[in-house]
Amino acid sequence: MLEAISALLKSMKNSVRDLLPIILVISFFQIFVLQQPIDNFADIILGTFFVVIGLTFFIYGLEMGLFPIGESMAYAFAKKGSVVWLLIFSFSLGFGTTVAEPALIAVADEAAKIAANGGMILNTDEARESYANGLRMTVAFSVGIAIVIGVLRILKGWSIQYMIMGGYILVVIMTMLAPKEIIGIAYDSGGVTTSTITVPLVTALGVGLASSISGRNPMVDGFGLIAFASLTPMIFVMGYGMII
Amino acid sequence: MSGAFVEFIQMLLATVTDVLPIAAIIFGFQFLVIRKPVPNIRKVLTGFVYVLIGLTFFLMGLEKALFPLGRLMADQLTQVSFIYQGVESALHTFHWSDYYWVYIFAFLIGFSTTIAEPSLIAVAIKANEVSGGAIGVWGLRIAVALGVAIGISLGSYRIVTGLPIHYFIIAGYIIVVIQTFFAPKMIVPLAYDSGGVTTSTVTVPLVTALGLGLAETVPGRNVLIDGFGLIAFASLFPIMSVMAYAQLSKMRSKNKK
Repeated sequence: MLEAISALLKSMKNSVRDLLPIILVISFFQIFVLQQPIDNFADIILGTFFVVIGLTFFIYGLEMGLFPIGESMAYAFAKKGSVVWLLIFSFSLGFGTTVAEPALIAVADEAAKIAANGGMILNTDEARESYANGLRMTVAFSVGIAIVIGVLRILKGWSIQYMIMGGYILVVIMTMLAPKEIIGIAYDSGGVTTSTITVPLVTALGVGLASSISGRNPMVDGFGLIAFASLTPMIFVMGYGMII
Repeated sequence: MSGAFVEFIQMLLATVTDVLPIAAIIFGFQFLVIRKPVPNIRKVLTGFVYVLIGLTFFLMGLEKALFPLGRLMADQLTQVSFIYQGVESALHTFHWSDYYWVYIFAFLIGFSTTIAEPSLIAVAIKANEVSGGAIGVWGLRIAVALGVAIGISLGSYRIVTGLPIHYFIIAGYIIVVIQTFFAPKMIVPLAYDSGGVTTSTVTVPLVTALGLGLAETVPGRNVLIDGFGLIAFASLFPIMSVMAYAQLSKMRSKNKK
């Protein structure tokens, strides 16, 4: 019991250290630059305390739950030897974790407003909603595809740099063709798709796969799934902007 | 106190709804396709519960403390009355350097939120483990945070000046491609990953607030067109900074020999 408490205190200390920079930056600006009074000081202290507790539990659970399940599934798929199931799983994981992502929902709604203002779609609630939904599906689909491509890369041992460069070239070509209004949103959509739970899971999956296939190096082959997942949405969203 | 409890339950429900599809996919495949018991299932499930509780507290704390404060600050820093304080505003023609506090804020807030980003901590732990300690957890986190900091301040400069975003992004791609040829091979995939990892729970809301605030107040900018794009900067620059970090540490270890 005592040991558990001391471990908890130690990881709480780490969380405090992780948050210290934010606290310093905000205090510096409040005290020296903006010099305006803050309301609800008690709320802020309480909130900061919550953030510390939350981060502590998250990191704890990460090493107990998320990492092991990601890796054990990777080993199980590798042992089973069924590439088709592995790819179906990869697609579901990419699609399923992205389609419900709150940050993506927010970005899709903004994009619908831009499209309506730009006259690409009718400015009605209905048209905007269907545009936003279509965009969300597009991004989720593209992340699913990205994980499938990334997993195939690990299986085959393709080198990542040429694939990413190819992706960059596609992004540049699409940028020239896509309507100007969609470009900012499309570039942002690459960054918002990868959530706090997806990242550890997908990383553990990649590293687990690379370490269970002989001839693959977990460092060189295991990483890179997230890179694909943040590149394909840019291409697909610009494509979506061109079609609609 | 009961108010905070209700808030906690609401946030917990929201988090569970977010996690549910992921859990359904994982356990669905585990039971239907793999059909083998999960090793240490109790420990894994406890871990999931910890992750849920942790995320709930984390998000609740962010909503209570960090986001209102961060949004308020982004708002105050971009306000015309703050930018032109002490200047005869009617006669003053606007210059990008008037926004220097915004750039400093963008740099510091980008750096500090990235250090606190849970998914980056996760990837750094994994990279440290896989590389047998060759990649330090803190080294990677600081390299990524510096990249985000530079990216967001450059992105703010772009919003203020109104230059087209794709010039910056394409130039960034060219630098990434060049660096790829010179960087140690084992860092390349991790560097590419660190672009997508950096922008999640903590960074996105604050950075979006900054971008929208800037686009609203800088004369001649359109919120819808110029307000976006900071996230793209924040996910491009860490790729460069992580590769640069690897190159520097390789050079340093060469010099020692």
